[in-house]
Amino acid sequence: MASLLHDIQHHSVTIAAPLPLDSGQVLPSVTIAYQNYGALNADKSNAVLICHALTGDQYVASDHPATGKPGWWARMVGPGKPIDTDRFHVICANVLGSCMGSSGPASPDAATGAPLGMAFPVITIADMVRAQAMLLDHLGIARLHAVVGGSMGGMQTLAWAATYPDRLASALVIASAARHSAQNIAFHEVGRQAIMADPDWQDGQYYGSARAPTKGLAVARMAAHITYLSEEGLTEKFGRRLQARDIKSFGFDADFQVESYLRHQGLAFTDRFDANAYLYITRAMDYFDLADPHDGRLAGAFAAAKDVRFTLVSFDTDWLYPTSESRRVVQALQSVGAAASFVELSAPFGHDSFLLDVPALDRLVAGALGSGF
Amino acid sequence: MALRPDLAIIADAVPTTSRVLDVGCGDGELMVALRNKGVDARGLEIDPANVTAAIARGQSVVQGDANRDLADYPDDAFDYAILSQTLQTTERPDMVVDELLRIAPRAFVSFPNFAHWRVRLALLWGGRMPVTRSIPIAWYETPNIHHVTVSDFRDLVRAKGIGVERVWHLSGDRPTSDAAASWRAEHAIFLISR
Repeated sequence: MASLLHDIQHHSVTIAAPLPLDSGQVLPSVTIAYQNYGALNADKSNAVLICHALTGDQYVASDHPATGKPGWWARMVGPGKPIDTDRFHVICANVLGSCMGSSGPASPDAATGAPLGMAFPVITIADMVRAQAMLLDHLGIARLHAVVGGSMGGMQTLAWAATYPDRLASALVIASAARHSAQNIAFHEVGRQAIMADPDWQDGQYYGSARAPTKGLAVARMAAHITYLSEEGLTEKFGRRLQARDIKSFGFDADFQVESYLRHQGLAFTDRFDANAYLYITRAMDYFDLADPHDGRLAGAFAAAKDVRFTLVSFDTDWLYPTSESRRVVQALQSVGAAASFVELSAPFGHDSFLLDVPALDRLVAGALGSGF
Repeated sequence: MALRPDLAIIADAVPTTSRVLDVGCGDGELMVALRNKGVDARGLEIDPANVTAAIARGQSVVQGDANRDLADYPDDAFDYAILSQTLQTTERPDMVVDELLRIAPRAFVSFPNFAHWRVRLALLWGGRMPVTRSIPIAWYETPNIHHVTVSDFRDLVRAKGIGVERVWHLSGDRPTSDAAASWRAEHAIFLISR
């Protein structure tokens, strides 16, 4: 599957400048795949950068080239939508370390041309943001009207404000956090161990072989998918209902609808995602703690960002990135005097609420982007 | 749309280019008026639907509780704090006033006057908790848990050594004289300072 995935052609740019990484290593050049929507205005002041989540990609509002499904935020981005491409020039770049055309573990070694695999350096959220800044430099966009992101996209958005406070007017952070909690890290470790325990993983050098760690990646996705939903949502959707049968099998088939659903989610995921990319990106999220370089004081990260207008949104059923984490960010912003908005929305879908039909979120996004424009 | 009279008075009295926190800002009505005159206004509001509406209008509003979340603002973060029609709903109005004057050197505080003659009559002749124009909700469902009179508030600020820079009294939508305000004013707006 991985080989098919890597055959897809993406719109990308290769920037022949070194990218120094948080790990101390250096990428000699960076390839960034991206999509854009809507026209850039004459003074280049209407650009909005959308940062995608862990398993997202640059196809925010266009059909996915592997699955054919509509873009992951097509309900939010487009003409007349809350992120209105009639007004804004929207850019979405595949993150560093991913598998949809940007530099990552499947990229070729400069010397040998063979896929790097585990020789690709470990990257961080800040590294992803630096790579996006290189893309904007290449595009000649000095300052963004807004950076927008949910989940890991929200982490990048916060890192943007901390790293390049002069390059954005507003930041919209949805269902996210300024650090990964022990619980977040723990769930990710389960996923990584599932991948690395799959004999087909082959220490990450599976690209040329006929075998890829799809079983391990599917299990990782199944475990993660549970964390994106609420218990209430799972109960409502599946309850204890049986799948295409009237009685229990007294075996280990997918008796329950919820099992069948998760197996399908896991398997479908392997068609569009690379196992090594999953390892690298989850690691980047685990290392994320904006307060870390400031002696644990989160406010220190935003000391130069007090002219950025922040909007934070959490969801009451999101136990992966709970409201308390958004509040922590808001408190840090208030202590430096930044203009911050925050609301906890009520939605039944757990962490995934930011991707789904929550009309109040549409109004918030439009309002957060409209002001000051 | 015309501002509520007490809000119009506050909007008029806040100097341009000042920094203001509107505590209990609702859907941001006063903040919009303040922004229009160049004031840097931020809001705190407990009801998520109101917060959503205010953010959708482009205002900077944080969902939070005046009883608890004022503590998150640093000292002197603002020039003015505003608490309109909310004091009587807080758990400890005295501590909320302290917080207002910690985060800003001056604060506007407005509240319905429980000593207005209609209220007095309702108690004196009816023997019942009043339901009036300014106190429109029955005792069992009102959010007003600390009814306060103009004289009570003056006693509180005097006891705390808080200065009163200016007072406006309203009867209905119109200003009323300070004379006999204790029983003639339906609403009072105090501009207090440290």
